[in-house]
Amino acid sequence: MKKLLTGNEAIARGAWEAGVVVCTAYPGTPSTEITENAAKYKEMYAEWSANEKVALEVGLGASIAGGRALVAMKHVGVNVAADPLFTFAYTGVNGGLVLVSADDPGMHSSQNEQDNRHFARAAKIPVLEPSDSQEAKDFTKLAFNLSENFDTPVMLRITTRVAHSQSLVELAERQDSELKKYEKNALKFVMIPAYARRRHVAVEARLDKLREYTEATPLNRIEWKDTKIGVITGGVTYQYVKEVLKDVSILKLGMSFPLPQKLITEFSRKVDKLYVIEELEPFIEDYVKSWGIEVHGKDIFPGIGELLPETIAEKMGVSSSEKKALFKAAESAALANVEPPIRPPVLCPGCPHRGLFYVLKKLKITVAGDIGCYTLGSLAPLSAIDTTICMGASIGTAIGMEKARGKDFARNLVAVIGDSTFIHSGITGLINAVYSKASTTTIILDNRTTGMTGHQDNPTTGLTLKGEPIKEVDMALLAKAVGVERVVIVDPFDLEKLETVLKEELAAEEPSVIIAKRKCALLEKDKVSTPHTVSAETCTGCMRCMRLGCPCIVKDGKKVRINPTQCVGCGLCADVCFSGAIQKEGTSNG
Amino acid sequence: MADTKNILIVGVGGQGTILASRVLSGVIQKIGLDVKVSEIHGMAQRGGSVVTQVRYGDQVASPIIPQGEADLILAFEKLEALRWLPFLKENGSILINDQRIDPMPVVMGSANYPDDAFDTIRKQCKNVIVIDALHKAQGVGNVKTVNLILLGLLSNYLNIEKELWLEVIRETVPAKFLEVNLAAFQAGREN
Repeated sequence: MKKLLTGNEAIARGAWEAGVVVCTAYPGTPSTEITENAAKYKEMYAEWSANEKVALEVGLGASIAGGRALVAMKHVGVNVAADPLFTFAYTGVNGGLVLVSADDPGMHSSQNEQDNRHFARAAKIPVLEPSDSQEAKDFTKLAFNLSENFDTPVMLRITTRVAHSQSLVELAERQDSELKKYEKNALKFVMIPAYARRRHVAVEARLDKLREYTEATPLNRIEWKDTKIGVITGGVTYQYVKEVLKDVSILKLGMSFPLPQKLITEFSRKVDKLYVIEELEPFIEDYVKSWGIEVHGKDIFPGIGELLPETIAEKMGVSSSEKKALFKAAESAALANVEPPIRPPVLCPGCPHRGLFYVLKKLKITVAGDIGCYTLGSLAPLSAIDTTICMGASIGTAIGMEKARGKDFARNLVAVIGDSTFIHSGITGLINAVYSKASTTTIILDNRTTGMTGHQDNPTTGLTLKGEPIKEVDMALLAKAVGVERVVIVDPFDLEKLETVLKEELAAEEPSVIIAKRKCALLEKDKVSTPHTVSAETCTGCMRCMRLGCPCIVKDGKKVRINPTQCVGCGLCADVCFSGAIQKEGTSNG
Repeated sequence: MADTKNILIVGVGGQGTILASRVLSGVIQKIGLDVKVSEIHGMAQRGGSVVTQVRYGDQVASPIIPQGEADLILAFEKLEALRWLPFLKENGSILINDQRIDPMPVVMGSANYPDDAFDTIRKQCKNVIVIDALHKAQGVGNVKTVNLILLGLLSNYLNIEKELWLEVIRETVPAKFLEVNLAAFQAGREN
């Protein structure tokens, strides 16, 4: 019987069926559920690694030792893992290794929309691109065979719509997972220059063989229909093309690097007009053009954002049915007057980050930010964050700002970073702060979880991915060990103390670390809590509480009220209220 | 041949649209049709606008629904109903929970909540069904069953046996809350 699975669940299942023994990852949307699901199979070891580089290193260690390894990350995670990737591409594998790169066209939950097919080309490793969950599972298994047959790590590139869409999947049993023999082989696995030079030759020879393979593999196949139009496509875009262009011939590329030049040339000769329809970069298109083939692609289709079915229909001129045209006219006429207000994501009711950003905003402090839920502190009304670049960037950014603008500027400057992000790549930044004699004030937002990606454990939470207890990293001790003398732990809901500590640490002309520690509100969801209410008589309408950006507090005429179904009773609003108008429900205002 | 049917479930992050789509897709599986479901996770879940797309038929290619192609929209919130309206087919139906959740720009007073949302929607769409699911959920004794109230309502518009719905609800909902959820489903059907 078929099962409805997301692409991510299907990849985990595929790894299990392929006899994988080690799965590693750092959480990142849209890749997180791959490893969460892999952890449910008792035959596979699975871990949250400290970051993507470590994840790949653990994976390649498992591979060299003879086991099959699955390593999963979001697209920007591959930037972090690029160093081991480019050289592991030289050594090749023992047990198969598949690296899942989950790209995020449209940036549903990312800071950029880089197209990681470029990475695979640069590292000279093959790329498979599934278009639905069945293919996600099948391609995962096939990728392990390819990896071992061609002695190469393989990239399985998915996008958000493949990762998070569910479709029906035929399941199979787990195949034998016997380890390959481990033999010391320095020529292959020790990449000193003399050996690496030989491996580069092997890499180029491998690429030639892969170029032959890609011509013959059923991963790349032609679906003939009318030959007036031929479309080359792959990934989820293939499904969109099938949906909106019923009569065209399609060359579906399940393997997008290396590309089948002969197959593409042959296809191009048999169709009157050739299109490449691909999301993001003109990756396939550039190759096709380089072979002197006339083709349309990014001259018609956008290279920015998700490529949606309606865009394909519109650009190919097939969406002009009268009915729809009528409807669209009506729609734009009506909506022209009432553009629905946007609904940006917000810090949750009771979020521990809210108190901190409220104080930072109040003190008008420059904030070098990082990646996590707390990035939402950049949005109005808190508007407290000055920069967000990548995982772990906050501390280095703050150091650089100080080096450019001097100590005076640093007296009004902090770096904020979450617990998991600090472990991921903040520690080196902190060491740099000490070593560079900066006076950086680093605030670690310790909410006891990896929040934004859906509450994964990490080395600071005391639990592994498999749920086993483990000694927590003591971040205060760690900061001291790298040379930070001033380390303070505060409750971010104690606004008064927080403000005092902040002022003290900002004034100090040496690096300091403030650990703002309070559990993520979503982890406390099941706690019984009494919502707060506003006394309409006492409320002066000063709107000070509105500066907290709490979604429960809404304007009610010239005063405010609290939405009791959402309020978790954190009491931050009562703390900032001058007039004592906000109380826990049921307490008198007497 | 069953034509592909397109259903959008829209709401605000945290409202529990996911369970509704899980039950719906479970029911479709039981009738033996091909089905694809698409959701967006991550940042949007933090109180942002969320959407689940469900498509089913003999064979479904795209997991997402193009604008103007939804047969049915089930909206957990009024503003979200308005936002996703351009996805509705000209003769499609929209089922709306009469609940208002202010987005941050409205909370801050930099944007206005469209109080005339229903009028706007009715101007464009003939088949508008409004339900006060929160009130009905209070009626069955648990405000957290808004989900099932809305699913009950939705089930009236899909040609699928009631027994199949009940079967999937039994399989999906924890035993502790089963009875109240079944009551909520029934209350939604009787709207």
